[in-house]
Amino acid sequence: MKSLFTSQQLQITIERLAHQLLENHLQFKDTVLIGMQPRGIYLSDRIHSKLKTLLPDVLIPYGKLDITFYRDDFNSGSELPVARETDISFSLENKNVILVDDVLYTGRTIRSGLDALLDFGRPESVELLVLIDRRFSRELPIQPDYVGMTVDAVAAQRVKVLWKEKDKKDEVVML
Amino acid sequence: MSLSVKHLLGIKDLTPDDISLILNTAESFKDVLQRPIKKVPTLRDTTIVNLFYENSTRTRISFELAEKRLSADTINFAASGSSVSKGETLIDTVNNILSMKVDMVVMRHSASGAPHFLSQHINASIVNAGDGINEHPTQALLDAFSIKEKLGTLKGKKIALFGDIMHSRVALSNIYLLKKMGAEVVVCGPPTLIPKHIETLGVNVSYSVPETLAWCDVANVLRIQLERQNKPLFSTLREYSLYYGINKALLDSLKKEIVIMHPGPINRGVELNSDVADSKNSIILDQVQNGVAVRMAVLYLLAGKKDPLV
Repeated sequence: MKSLFTSQQLQITIERLAHQLLENHLQFKDTVLIGMQPRGIYLSDRIHSKLKTLLPDVLIPYGKLDITFYRDDFNSGSELPVARETDISFSLENKNVILVDDVLYTGRTIRSGLDALLDFGRPESVELLVLIDRRFSRELPIQPDYVGMTVDAVAAQRVKVLWKEKDKKDEVVML
Repeated sequence: MSLSVKHLLGIKDLTPDDISLILNTAESFKDVLQRPIKKVPTLRDTTIVNLFYENSTRTRISFELAEKRLSADTINFAASGSSVSKGETLIDTVNNILSMKVDMVVMRHSASGAPHFLSQHINASIVNAGDGINEHPTQALLDAFSIKEKLGTLKGKKIALFGDIMHSRVALSNIYLLKKMGAEVVVCGPPTLIPKHIETLGVNVSYSVPETLAWCDVANVLRIQLERQNKPLFSTLREYSLYYGINKALLDSLKKEIVIMHPGPINRGVELNSDVADSKNSIILDQVQNGVAVRMAVLYLLAGKKDPLV
């Protein structure tokens, strides 16, 4: 197991990502944040609270999206994933959506996520923010707009983001 | 996570984990049903036939909606007006339908055990939508989902089933499910409508409606199934209503609020008076609404056990 990011680096990167979002969405007017279940929500939770301290007077709509029922590998014979909560209490019609996930790998999860998003309205635009971009391993033409760190890893390796809320410590590791 | 069974023939074959998995998955589907677009693409490659050898309103519509909300293709089959009246057997009918590439069968039949028999002869997954006086598993699951939604849990809750226990498949499925999930169950009705030795299923028997109402948290009132009673089991419907019907005066005499359920169709004024069926204690229409989410969960979890596409 190799450590790619320590807790402190993770914190700095999350702050940078929050500031980058502000560069493009100055007052977060008509911009919403959507975290991807199950593991993207830890990142989106932190970015959302960081944005709240940066923009104390603005209410940033924040939701969570589960893509279980939109997967493209439903009939591949693997174990069914457990469905998580989807909590989007606002319409996405004409909104700028920032989709947040921890690791971008094949792009298939994001493909499902885009499908699922459209069931909540037709967004003006969708941007993708990821903490880790495993480039060279994409199976679909999907690219991120905001990247915490780019990692080159072969298929046999696994990149995992650990979160204090779930795994007792903050760290990015390669297995 | 996946189910331990390939078919849903009855609650009897399910483990408590299976039941929890279905109820938890149904919660996700209930969220889907609250959205502007109440549909997910999950089963777009699945074809389901609804095979109804017996009349049905709620169950058939509920299954059909559940299938459509999951993007499955559906075919409806009713025995009346089909080649069944020309003498075709059950296996022949089903095999003919399956040869047109159908993946799942939802089936209601007046003979107890019909889906079990069929499951030994075909490969497709079968969902029992009610077989004779045996089981009606999706009804018990949606009842459990509705109780859980209202009271938070099933464990330790006091559930009473009233009425025609003898002929009710809803009663048997409910008893299996509630006992597996740790609830206490009492069945209450006239002695002629309570099967002998029902205590062996772990339930208590009562012949007094006021006493049972005072004991329970939830009263699930069942329909008098006149179509299955081929000999007189009580003198008149008026007499039944007088001694075993539930009315507002009875509920008002209780010192607590209880939840009223009914699987439908209601014989108003017989087992349940209108002033109770339409009261705020009644969750009868919530049951119907939850039925779609629960059936989506069952179809989704069973379709996930299909042989993979090659």
